[in-house]
Amino acid sequence: MVAQLMSETEADAVFHALADTTRRDIVRRAIRREQSISSLAERYTMSFAAVQKHVAVLERSTLIVKERRGKEQIVRANLDTLRRATRLLDEFETIWRDRVVRIDALLAEETSHDETPPQKAER
Amino acid sequence: MPVISTDKNTDALSLTFVAEFDADVERIWQLWSDPRQLERWWGPPTWPATFTQHDVVVGGESRYHMTGPEGEKSRGWWRITAVDAPTHLAFDDGFAEENGEPNGDMPVVHGSVSLEDVDGRTRMTTVNQFESVDQMDQLIQMGMDEGMRLAMGQIDELLATARA
Repeated sequence: MVAQLMSETEADAVFHALADTTRRDIVRRAIRREQSISSLAERYTMSFAAVQKHVAVLERSTLIVKERRGKEQIVRANLDTLRRATRLLDEFETIWRDRVVRIDALLAEETSHDETPPQKAER
Repeated sequence: MPVISTDKNTDALSLTFVAEFDADVERIWQLWSDPRQLERWWGPPTWPATFTQHDVVVGGESRYHMTGPEGEKSRGWWRITAVDAPTHLAFDDGFAEENGEPNGDMPVVHGSVSLEDVDGRTRMTTVNQFESVDQMDQLIQMGMDEGMRLAMGQIDELLATARA
């Protein structure tokens, strides 16, 4: 069982934050390396203020962490939040792997029935 | 192991799963469209599924329950959103109340299945789209995966028997 690690409110913030292409792009860049908001702003056609607004939404969602360093504001990804989402996807991968194993067993059972006299019924 | 790839997209909260089976597309389609076959693999042996309704047409609905080791029942539903037999199926999968009707407070997973012939074998691609991390947590807390883990040993046995 996975413990409840995020409240409804937090989760809402995360998914609201990720619902925007620019914000997803900012997160991807912030995962690769920490960077200043001004260098991020150079990547987009929108204004510095608009980028700053996106960053604020991401910060509220705990997806990125912002810190002031001298004159610059540096952002980096909060790997904890991202890791958690990844771990949950891992759990679902297991479910599907197991389903595939069962499908395969079903198919194998049929093949063996075709080729040899029926073996004992499984169920 | 017939699984050939998985792709977890954390940003988009989706899980893409590709597996290949030694059977033709029609045969694999039956595994999804025939409730008696579907229930043999959808739930783990410790929580076997029973489909009491399975209407594979757009807008059609399914009702199923999984029965736990203590006889407890976990009820679910599907709503079919796309069908292109025998190669494509899409559906929403959610939890149901005691009476079998969808529970609006519980998470819904958007599922899609594509089947493709690859030299006589079938490549099955399933995509699961989740709405939120919180939702995934909720699904896991419902014990969706616990039975699956318990089942691993039994699956190995089943495979060994099938090969014997």
